[in-house]
Amino acid sequence: MAYFQKEIETASREQITEWQNQRLAATVKRVYDNVPLYRERMDAAGVKPEDIKTIEDLTKLPYTSKQDLRDTYPYGMFAAPMEDVVRLHASSGTTGKQIVVGYTRHDLDVWGEICARQLVAVGATKKDKIHVSYGYGLFTGGLGLHGGAEKLGCVSIPVSSGNTERQLTIMEDFGSDVLCCTPSYAMYLGESAEKKGLDTSKLPLRAGIFGAEPWTEEMRQSIEKSLNIKAYDIYGLTEIMGPGVSYECECQQGMHVNEDHFIIEIINPETGEHMPDGEKGEIVFSCITKEAFPLLRFRTKDIGTVTHEKCACGRTFVRMSKPMGRTDDMLIIRGVNVFPSQIETVLLQMDQSPNYQIIVDRVGVLDTLEVQVELTEDKFSDTVAEIAKVEKDLTEKLKSLLGIAAKVKLVAPGTIARSEGKAKRVIDKRKK
Amino acid sequence: MFMKQLSVFVENKQGALAKVMALLSDNGINMRAVSIADTQDFGILRVIVKEVDKAKDILKSNNVIVSVTEVVGVELADTPGALSKVMAVLDEGNINLEYVYAFVTPGKAESAYMVVRAGDNAKATAVLNAAGIHTLTQEDLEAML
Repeated sequence: MAYFQKEIETASREQITEWQNQRLAATVKRVYDNVPLYRERMDAAGVKPEDIKTIEDLTKLPYTSKQDLRDTYPYGMFAAPMEDVVRLHASSGTTGKQIVVGYTRHDLDVWGEICARQLVAVGATKKDKIHVSYGYGLFTGGLGLHGGAEKLGCVSIPVSSGNTERQLTIMEDFGSDVLCCTPSYAMYLGESAEKKGLDTSKLPLRAGIFGAEPWTEEMRQSIEKSLNIKAYDIYGLTEIMGPGVSYECECQQGMHVNEDHFIIEIINPETGEHMPDGEKGEIVFSCITKEAFPLLRFRTKDIGTVTHEKCACGRTFVRMSKPMGRTDDMLIIRGVNVFPSQIETVLLQMDQSPNYQIIVDRVGVLDTLEVQVELTEDKFSDTVAEIAKVEKDLTEKLKSLLGIAAKVKLVAPGTIARSEGKAKRVIDKRKK
Repeated sequence: MFMKQLSVFVENKQGALAKVMALLSDNGINMRAVSIADTQDFGILRVIVKEVDKAKDILKSNNVIVSVTEVVGVELADTPGALSKVMAVLDEGNINLEYVYAFVTPGKAESAYMVVRAGDNAKATAVLNAAGIHTLTQEDLEAML
């Protein structure tokens, strides 16, 4: 087993708790002194920084929401003076107004370290060439993994996103060892390689680190097959750091949260009550070492679980599941909670194309759910009955899993927009 | 022993058929027979052409879902009762039909042709031939077009 920082990544629970107690207290003091929003909220709740001594006191602290970041845009949540800030990143703003975050030199060092932990956990060494196809720029994906690769001393290849032809050429000519990009782009690269007649088993590429959007176990298998690699999951969010908040190890059994820098809570989104291991709830993060932009109890709106069970890799950090959906992605259709990831799971289980789109509408008072799936050549037949059977099988399977009826519509290949960034999976026409 | 047909997936939306036709037209592919099975969401376009493989490659490389299907080509006299006889023979032979369509071709004014996709094409061909009805191979078709 290889670790980037063995003494930290395999520390005892007592040691981790001790770090968290000290660092949480220091961060609370920092934000109380420097961020008016936190001071006002803590004062209103009658909580003083000295009341926060251990992680048991965490629940005394107020939550932070995405809306708070918008309300204090651009710099209201910064806890360090601008002279100490060395970089800004911004979230894409796909779900509303963009937000901006800052990093001090120390913050960038920490970020580099946690991304280096991820790289080592998937087997990367200093000799490896890390092909980063996340976008470089305000998006944290590109520069985040890039920082990790440099911290570890790898050869970073800052390809950035787009120009798929060129990505494949570089992969082949430069001999990329590890690929970092969104899972949907990895699927697309796999498809493009096949179309181009590129034999991926002949490439040195052996691992991929994929994140920044939801993906499923079935997508993992499909990527592993098409690119001939092991595919690993990375989790992060701009508000907390960027990629690397948690990272998957070679066991591929959940992502280890970098608990020396972040505290994870799983809460019931309605009541705020903490959920036990294995039970679903909203993921909440607190930063305990960040200087420029330390958020306390940030509500991610991602739904997931944690486990404290020992991992075979030897790392002691708690593991979180892949997010199973978002509290705000959750579609309520005819009163039933539906996550797009459930639909994707069905499609991939039925060996259908991963290119799909969910269209929700309302006819009169009744919600309608339509799932458009690109037909693949192997599912095509010259008779209507056979194609209708493909639709019928999918419809039945979706109904049994979701609990509500969905209309399946097979569409021509290439008609659902491919994205090199985040995929637009849901069109909800009910929201006017 | 069979004729070949192009089967093409066409979405039921404006311009979908036009796209396929433009691809065939731009590449100088002439169609001898065309039939479309339509449903609410999609259609299956069935086409008889001389250059089946070329047409398939063109469509495929343009992201159109296409397959080559074997069908039975039946030659019959262009007179009342000819198709009725063919159907009676197939019925007596216990042959189920998936679909049927017809075409005629210049220079063969006395004949009409049926494209038959049977549940069992080989058996359909055998009973037709046994009843003295001529069936076409792809070579026959290509020579004729």
